[in-house]
Amino acid sequence: MSVLEASGLVIDVPGRKDGRPLDFAIEPGQLWGVLGPNGAGKTTLLHTLAGLRAPRQGQVLLDGESIARLRRRHLAQALGVIFQERQDGFPATVRETVLIGRHPFLSPWQQEGAEDLRLTEAALTRLELNDLSERLVSQLSGGERQRVAIATTLTQAPRLWLADEPTNHLDLRHQVAVMSLLAEQARNGRGVLLCVHDLNLAARWCDHLLLLYPDGEACWGAAKDMLVPEALERLYDQPLMVAEVNGARVFVPSN
Amino acid sequence: MAATDPTSPTWLAAGRMRRLPLALLVMVALASLLLAVGMGSVTISPQALWAVLTGQGDPLHRTLIFELRLPRALAAFGTGGLLAVAGALMQVLLRNPLADPYVLGVSGGAAVAALAAMLAGLGGVAVSGSAFVGALASTLLVFGLAHGTGSWTPTRLLLTGVVVAAGWGAMITFMLSVGPTEKLPGMLYWLMGDLAYSRGPWPALGLLVIIWLALVPLARSLNVLARGPLQAAALGVAVQPLEGAVYVMASLLTAVAVTTAGSIGFVGLVVPHMLRLVLGNDQRVILPASILAGGTLLTLADTLARILIAPEQLPVGVITALLGVPTFLYLLYRSR
Repeated sequence: MSVLEASGLVIDVPGRKDGRPLDFAIEPGQLWGVLGPNGAGKTTLLHTLAGLRAPRQGQVLLDGESIARLRRRHLAQALGVIFQERQDGFPATVRETVLIGRHPFLSPWQQEGAEDLRLTEAALTRLELNDLSERLVSQLSGGERQRVAIATTLTQAPRLWLADEPTNHLDLRHQVAVMSLLAEQARNGRGVLLCVHDLNLAARWCDHLLLLYPDGEACWGAAKDMLVPEALERLYDQPLMVAEVNGARVFVPSN
Repeated sequence: MAATDPTSPTWLAAGRMRRLPLALLVMVALASLLLAVGMGSVTISPQALWAVLTGQGDPLHRTLIFELRLPRALAAFGTGGLLAVAGALMQVLLRNPLADPYVLGVSGGAAVAALAAMLAGLGGVAVSGSAFVGALASTLLVFGLAHGTGSWTPTRLLLTGVVVAAGWGAMITFMLSVGPTEKLPGMLYWLMGDLAYSRGPWPALGLLVIIWLALVPLARSLNVLARGPLQAAALGVAVQPLEGAVYVMASLLTAVAVTTAGSIGFVGLVVPHMLRLVLGNDQRVILPASILAGGTLLTLADTLARILIAPEQLPVGVITALLGVPTFLYLLYRSR
């Protein structure tokens, strides 16, 4: 099982001081949440961890090896990324889009085989996309498109998931379904890191949290230690009220 | 696993669906070549054509077919195939269905460089090599200028391409006006493509075969690249080497097309667009289909150019422009 590790990592946000270098590891079975206000660098961090963007300092290690030295194809066999933005300039059906998750596992001369198609169908079913499978992705609603992106990564079946706001555009039921899916991936021994805006989703599902401040400061650790109202209020520059519902903490903005 | 999977029959059918359009297009392509060979100032009946093709028939017909019409039809087919697949590749490269070697000024750059080489007294391979360099330089110029600091926005890319193409057009006109008068009719075709002056079909057809084979292992990666460079990189595509290869390929294809028949417009735009409407955007289908359909389109357009005002002939570029301009405007209108 794979471990993704940030070692002395400073992400490259233009015009910002270095702040605190990040040193953490996403171990198998862990579900990490990255919290921070707009512009704190959550997406930049995620892209840096995925090797899509060079860090200013430090490095990212996959199983102890620097990802800068790994081939993209090798990396893609271990690491799945769910992006916030997508380019759908050309016509493609939902099924075709989910099937491209198998790309890293096929040689250039290979056609998709029965196993690839089975994984695709399983992912379509899991994300409740069966009825949409022949539709063009450009004609989907934001939430449907989001589920297609998650299904693509599910088809890729990576050992590490990096998800940029995977609950964006989703209705409540699908938010819960997607968070359950990510938690299930972690329970099955995969590592998951997601950027998220909803404190309560993070509080309920994540076992580790990384708080990213706009000035480059950061702190991280077990979720129960990080969910301190004062720290969160400083993070978002927003007073919070805390309630308990069935033993779980719920954060509500106060004015 | 496949036998028990209830969805596999659909997928098998999908695999067959991938080959069916190509088989159909091969037949249409052959039919277009037969038509091109049979029609013209002297119409050859199907029976006479059959006699000639099986090694008999009127010797006059034999000369007409094997020395005049067939080479020209094959040159048209090769050029059309090259331009269509060059357009399809540029569209994936720029994630923009409006990209086309003529509209973006790549054909113009190739024509200027080839013409300059000819005026300098060079010939043969040097002219083709010069055209290739011109195409590469022109692509780099347009992409570089349009890219600027941000990403390629469709309007910015097209405006840059159109302006650069206009610049190349002016330079061609300039070189034609200072060039030797007696060569003028034969040189005009650099401005508006014409197959009457084509230098034989073999370079174009040969490159077409090589490119078809070279694209087989790349096509699935291009499908992923069409989803954007970040997504492609995340799915294991080495984006920069692939983009570099596609850029060189598209320039080479354009250069050979231009040295065969001058700057013919809009084939690279119309053909992939029409095919995507019907076949979707799987490059494993679209790229070979573009070769076949592009070849067919230009073969038919050239036949039309020969017979429309026979015995006079039109440059084939006029026909493709008449088809291409409305299509382009429609696409631009729809893209907002």
